Amino acid sequence: MKKQALSDELLLSIEKPERYIGNEINAVYKDKEKVDIRFAMCFPDVYEIGMSHLGIQILYDMFNKRNDIWCERVYSPWTDLDKIMRDKNIPLFALESQDPVRNFDFLGITLQYEMCYTNILQVLDLSGIPLNAAERAENDPIVIGGGPCSYNPEPIAEFFDMFYIGEGEISYDPLFDLYKKVKAEGGTRKDFLVKACQIPGIYVPQFYETSYNEDGTVKSFDPVIPEAPRTVKKQIVMDMDSVEYPDAPIVPYIRVTQDRAVLEVMRGCIRGCRFCQAGQIYRPVRERSLDFLKKKAKAILDSTGQDEITLSSLSTSDFSGLGELVNWLIDNYSDKYVNISLPSLRIDSFALDIMAKVQDVKKGSLTFASEAGSQRLRDVINKGITFDDIMRGSAEAFKGGWNKVKLYFMLGLPTETDEDVKAIAELANAVAANYFETVPKEDRKGIRVMVTSSASFFIPKPFTPFEWAPMNTAEEFLRKAHLLSDEFTKQINKKSLKFQYHENYLSELEGLFARGDRKLSKLLRKAYEKGCMYDSWSESFDVDKWKSAIEECGIDISFYTTRERSLDEVFPWDFIDIGVTKNFLKREWLEAMAGRVTPNCRQKCSGCGAASFGGGVCFEQR
Amino acid sequence: MSSDNIKLRVKFSKHGFMKYIGHLDVMRYFQKVIRRCGLDIAYSEGFSPHQIMSFAQPLGVGLESEGEYMDIEVHTAESSQKVIDMMNSAQAEGIKVIDVVRLPEKSENAMASVAQASYNVRFREGRTPSFDIKKAIDDFNSADEVLIEKKTKKSTREVNLKEFVYEINYRADNSIDMKLCAGSGTNIKPGLVLEGIYKRNGAEAPEATDILITRYDLFDIDGKPLSEAGEHF
Repeated sequence: MKKQALSDELLLSIEKPERYIGNEINAVYKDKEKVDIRFAMCFPDVYEIGMSHLGIQILYDMFNKRNDIWCERVYSPWTDLDKIMRDKNIPLFALESQDPVRNFDFLGITLQYEMCYTNILQVLDLSGIPLNAAERAENDPIVIGGGPCSYNPEPIAEFFDMFYIGEGEISYDPLFDLYKKVKAEGGTRKDFLVKACQIPGIYVPQFYETSYNEDGTVKSFDPVIPEAPRTVKKQIVMDMDSVEYPDAPIVPYIRVTQDRAVLEVMRGCIRGCRFCQAGQIYRPVRERSLDFLKKKAKAILDSTGQDEITLSSLSTSDFSGLGELVNWLIDNYSDKYVNISLPSLRIDSFALDIMAKVQDVKKGSLTFASEAGSQRLRDVINKGITFDDIMRGSAEAFKGGWNKVKLYFMLGLPTETDEDVKAIAELANAVAANYFETVPKEDRKGIRVMVTSSASFFIPKPFTPFEWAPMNTAEEFLRKAHLLSDEFTKQINKKSLKFQYHENYLSELEGLFARGDRKLSKLLRKAYEKGCMYDSWSESFDVDKWKSAIEECGIDISFYTTRERSLDEVFPWDFIDIGVTKNFLKREWLEAMAGRVTPNCRQKCSGCGAASFGGGVCFEQR
Repeated sequence: MSSDNIKLRVKFSKHGFMKYIGHLDVMRYFQKVIRRCGLDIAYSEGFSPHQIMSFAQPLGVGLESEGEYMDIEVHTAESSQKVIDMMNSAQAEGIKVIDVVRLPEKSENAMASVAQASYNVRFREGRTPSFDIKKAIDDFNSADEVLIEKKTKKSTREVNLKEFVYEINYRADNSIDMKLCAGSGTNIKPGLVLEGIYKRNGAEAPEATDILITRYDLFDIDGKPLSEAGEHF
C-alpha cells in the first residue's frame, strides 16, 4: 500500500478523511527517484472546492505528461486537521506521495479569489516554508502564484517568489527547462529567479520596487535589476486545439462542488460588461473546434465514468458551435444517461430550446444575470440585456414549463441611486407578474411562481473600466440592502418574491485587496496571526479579528475602497500588460459615466488592444 | 422493470485507503466503475433513471472487509469471470471484485437477505485490555446471559448478547473472530460485543479507535454466505 502521511487513528478522528488520502481514479503516481522536478499544485481552500477547479486539472495533466516532472496536489487542511497538524507538528503534505511540501521544487498556488489569501499563509506555514519570499533558503520550494488574482499580485507579492501572468500552457515548459539547467549548473535560487524573470509572463516581485506619493498613491514602480522587464505581458493560447486538455481528469470520492466532467469550449467573452474582470483579462475570445471537443468529451466520459458533462466558458451562448455540440452529445450519450449541463447561458429562445432538450424542466430554475434593476444602470455597466429581453425570455420560459427564476443583481454600482436600487424589486415583481399574464390559471397546477433575487455588492476590480470607481462602504451596502428588502415587501407579487444578499464586510475586504498594493501584506500577516483563515466561509469569517488587524496596522480602508481615482493615477497593477490598453479602459469608464453602451466584439471591434495577440474573435469575419 | 434483466450479485473486498470512503461514496464510486468498464447495466424507468444497483449491509468508515455485496441488473453478461475482470479493470487500489454470481429471477435482494455477519477484531498496538482475552472469551462462551445496553436512534434497551452472538473465538494472534446477528432488524456491532466483554471483566468499554475491525462475510438466515444464493456462469 502507498504511504500515508496521517496515521490511521488520526484519519478516523477527523471530518471527511477522504480529503487527505489521494488515491482517486486518474490521480498520477510516479517514482520520485526518476523525476527531476517535483511540483506541488495548491488550491488554498478545502478539497471539495479545490477539486472542482478546471485550471488545476489542466496543469496537472500537462505537467505530468512530462517524464521529468511529478505534479501532485495540495489543498488547505480543514480547520479540524489544521489544529491537529499545528499541535503535533505534522508538516503539510501532497496528496499523491504524501511527502512534505517543503521538500518539493515548486509550490504553485492558484489565486481564484481574494478571500483565500489568509489560506495561502496557512499553506506556507503548515508546510514550514518561510512566509516571506526574502526569508527563504536555497532548499525551500519556489513559490509561484497564478490565476485571476495574479493580475494584481501586489498585496501578496512578498509571499511569492514569482507569479505567472496568463494561461499556463505557454511558459511553464521554458520555466521548467530553465530550472533544470540552473540546477545542473549548480546555480542558486537567486540565479534561477534572475533568469526566470526574463521568461515572458513571469513576474518576480523582489526585483521591483514601488515608490509612493505623499497621498499614498503609487509614484513609480521600477525594476531594481537590469534583467527584469518593465512590463510583464500576459501569456495566452492562440490556437486552442494545439494545447493539452486532460483526457482523464481526477475523479474524487466525495461529492465536490463541481462533480462532473468539464468541457471548456472557449476562453474569453465578447460581451465587455464593465464590472467584469474575466471579460477583460481573458480577451480575446478563442474557441475550440467541434472535432477537438467531441474527441475530448468521449475520452473524458470513458475515463471518468461521470454521468454529467458541463459545457464551460464565460458565456456559453456565444460559443458558435453550441447547437451542434449539444445535438451531438444528445445523439451519442442520451442512451447512456449522461446529463448535459449548461451554465452561463443567456436566456433567449435558442437557449430555452436547448435547455428543454437537455434538462428536466421541473427541476431546474432559470437564471437571468440582470445585474442592475434599471435600464439606465444596465447601460452604465454595459450589460447588454434589456427589460424586454428579460420579459421575453421569462415569458418563453414560463410557457416552456419553468416556474422558478433566479435574478442576479449587484448593489453599489457606479452612479447608483436609491431609485436604481428600488428598481430591482420592481423588476423582480414584473417577472412574477409576467408569469400570471403568460400562464393561464388552469395551467398553473397550483404551483406558485418563485422569483429569487440575489444581490452581491459591487467590487471594482483591476483591469476593468471600473478600476477608477469608488466602492461603497460596508455600511452603505447594508443600508441599500435594507432599503431594497423593504421595497420587496411593497410589491404586489411579494409572495412570489424572495430576496437575499451577501455578507457586506466580506465584500469590503475583498474590495480592499482587489485594488490593494504592497502595503497590505503586513495586514494579511497580522490577520493570519490573529487566526483568520477560510474567510470565504461564513462559519470561519471573523470580522472582529479583521477589524482589529486593520486598526493595528494603521490601514485606512477608504483609501483603497471608496476613494475615486483620478484618470492619471498610477495603479499598482499597471506593469502588467493584458493586451487590452489602459486607454481603452479609460474610454469605457467615460462612456459608462455618459451612460452609453459599447457593442460586443462580434458586432463591432472597439479597438481594445487585444487584437495585438493576432487571433481569436478579433480576426473573425463580421 | 423488465424481467429480461440478468440479476447479478457482486462480492467485493475493501481494504487500505478505501476504508475511509463512506457507504454513500462507495455507491457513487461503483456507479462510475460500471460506466468506466462498460458493463451493460440496466437503468430504472421513470423520472430520473438510475443504475439498478443495491447494496447489502453498509460498512462503517474505518472498517475493512473481505466480503461486501451489491446486486445489480444487467442486460447482457458473458460469464462470471468476464464481469469480475471488467469491473476490476476500472477499480482504484483497495477495492476488488472477488466473486460474481447470477441470481435466480425471484430472489431476495442483498440487504433483505442479510441475517448474520462475521468479523475479526484486533487491538491497536498498546490498546490490548488489561485482562486475559482468551479467558474472557471462554467465560463469555460459558455464560448463560450477558446483558448490555443497546442504543438505537430512538431508544435504549437492554439486550442479552448471548442471543445475538452466534459464535465467538479467540485466535492465536490475539484477535477475536465473531459471528453476529446482522441485518435491517437487529444489527449487533462488534464494538457492542467487546463492550459486554470488557464490562464483564471490570474494564471500561474500549474506544472505537482502540480496535481494528475486518468484516469477513455476510450470511443469510441459514448461515450461507450471500454469494451462495446464485450460480457461477
